[in-house]
Amino acid sequence: MTTDHREAAPPVTPGGAAPRRKDPGRRPSEPADPKAAKRAARRSRRYRWDIRYSPYAFILPFFLFFAAFGLFPLLYTGWASLHQVSLSRPNEMEWVGFDNYTRLWDDEFFWNALQNTFTIGVISTVPQLLMALGLAHLLNYKLRGSMLYRVAILTPYATSVAAAALVFAMLYGRDYGMINWALGLVGIDNIDWQSGTWTSQFAVSSIVIWRWTGYNTLIYLAAMQSIPNDLYESASLDGASRWQQFRHITLPSLRPTILFTIVVSTIGATQLFGEPMLFGGGGAEGGASGQYQTLGLYLYEMGWFNRHLGRASAIAWTMFLLLIVIGLVYWVLSRWVGRSSGEED
Amino acid sequence: MATTTSETQPVTGPSADPPGARRPRRLRRAGTAGRQMHAGWLTYTILTVFTVGSLYPLVWQAFASSHTNARLAESTPPFWFGERLFTNLESAWTDANMGRAMLNTLFVAGTITVSTVLFATLAGFAFAKLRFRAKNLLMLLVIGTMMVPPQLTVVPMFMAIAELEWTGRLQAVILPMMVSAFGVFFMRQFLTQALPSELIEAARVDGANSLRIVWHVVFPAARPAMAVLGMLTFVMAWNEFFWPIIALTQQNPTVQVALTNLGRGYVQDQGVIMAGALLATMPLLIAFVLFGRQIVGGIMNGALKG
Repeated sequence: MTTDHREAAPPVTPGGAAPRRKDPGRRPSEPADPKAAKRAARRSRRYRWDIRYSPYAFILPFFLFFAAFGLFPLLYTGWASLHQVSLSRPNEMEWVGFDNYTRLWDDEFFWNALQNTFTIGVISTVPQLLMALGLAHLLNYKLRGSMLYRVAILTPYATSVAAAALVFAMLYGRDYGMINWALGLVGIDNIDWQSGTWTSQFAVSSIVIWRWTGYNTLIYLAAMQSIPNDLYESASLDGASRWQQFRHITLPSLRPTILFTIVVSTIGATQLFGEPMLFGGGGAEGGASGQYQTLGLYLYEMGWFNRHLGRASAIAWTMFLLLIVIGLVYWVLSRWVGRSSGEED
Repeated sequence: MATTTSETQPVTGPSADPPGARRPRRLRRAGTAGRQMHAGWLTYTILTVFTVGSLYPLVWQAFASSHTNARLAESTPPFWFGERLFTNLESAWTDANMGRAMLNTLFVAGTITVSTVLFATLAGFAFAKLRFRAKNLLMLLVIGTMMVPPQLTVVPMFMAIAELEWTGRLQAVILPMMVSAFGVFFMRQFLTQALPSELIEAARVDGANSLRIVWHVVFPAARPAMAVLGMLTFVMAWNEFFWPIIALTQQNPTVQVALTNLGRGYVQDQGVIMAGALLATMPLLIAFVLFGRQIVGGIMNGALKG
């Protein structure tokens, strides 16, 4: 029996620290030997320790790094936001209490950045997720070359923010950009995308949409493929149209996934940084009048151009609190939606 | 006994077994489809439009990087390659320090990928299959950390690297990225399904300790997911932007830092800027052509169980 077992189980190599196999020379009916008893006790103690502590050893590296580069900096940012800290001497901190926050409250650039972040967030996230939903629905049909479409729409995901923003900045160029050229073909005059508030925010959003629509499409598609077919079969037996099936089967089944993508996109939108920065040529001011300066960009300007790290920290913590509030709102909404439609996820 | 034998076999056998074992279920699901209606021409048209929209900016980037600045300043944009591709690539390579940047990024992204995959597999295994106190609470903490934007940590990290005099050195961008909460979550989801608990029990009965189980049971079973996580992590690390432009300098940049400086008017030639962008995207685009199917599958599988 033992040999049979040993062949089947790979982990045991001869001579390893896995001596469960009984010594063939010794009969199992000889536990009276005190040495053997001691060895057995040691072995079982080691076994118990292994069971009890090795899980912690396995998760330890993650939590060590997280503590050092996530949790500690997060809390320390809060501490730094109560101080005046200069970029040139980042290790000299002077206590100022909530001054940095009250200054933010009176700071028109902060409110401008907050508003831009919100606007760009909405006009990049909403169309993106709607398009992704539609595309996923189409890709869920029986298709020729379905994998080809999937890879193609995911390609922008592999393009870096920097490359994408530089390419789009050129495409949106005022005098010889591709987009104005195409609009010119249908008789629309050149648009100065960068200088207008709406046009520049639209342009920045389009970079976000371009990069992330494919990714979200695949996530929706995966969720759609896991919906059991009999739901659709019985619905079509009951005479439900395609649209009704989409509305009453697909959408409710996708609710957790949709919520997940909304949360992820919101977090992404709150920290938007690279797209507006490189769309504007690499500065932190977000356009001549800050028309597309986001919170992330303003934080960077405050810390690394105006050299106020304390005030930059206050912006960071404001973002954090904002995310928590948004998270709570989503949570309440999702529970409310879940209850009012009366269906299980 | 016989059951144990057959169940342990996948581990010794080819490592592709766990996903292979799932695949038939998928096929069946798609095959019986009363739902899987055939797509009409409208579907194909819409999908083609989106495909073109997804790819055209990249194609245009390649066209633009092959022209002179003067040609790009004409009112009709170029629709094909010019003659300047290699001149521009060379300028971007030397002027923007792209060669150094590529090597640096390869090293940075490679290190981050290896450590992320390793630590995520260990932690994912513990969360998926082992019992320990405060497990659910700790898992919630992992998920919670995915919500923390990088802006919340840059100020203290900048203060730290200033103190350590690490500004402009690669460890400043490697160390903070060595683990990822997404990775832990991803591996946990995968191992919960792909690794039968009986296999671990059998190995324990055979006297294997936890480390041995990780090496001989968990790693082989997790290999497909590790590959996918590795690819996703590499893409992310290659494209990492916010922290590197704060922590690094033009003398010792990553690709994104070099590209940012190029875009900041370090070089005034649009063709050269586009050539730099082309260089920065090319490695990942090649990887996409080679492994696109696996990356698509990985994202979809991660989402499915998430």
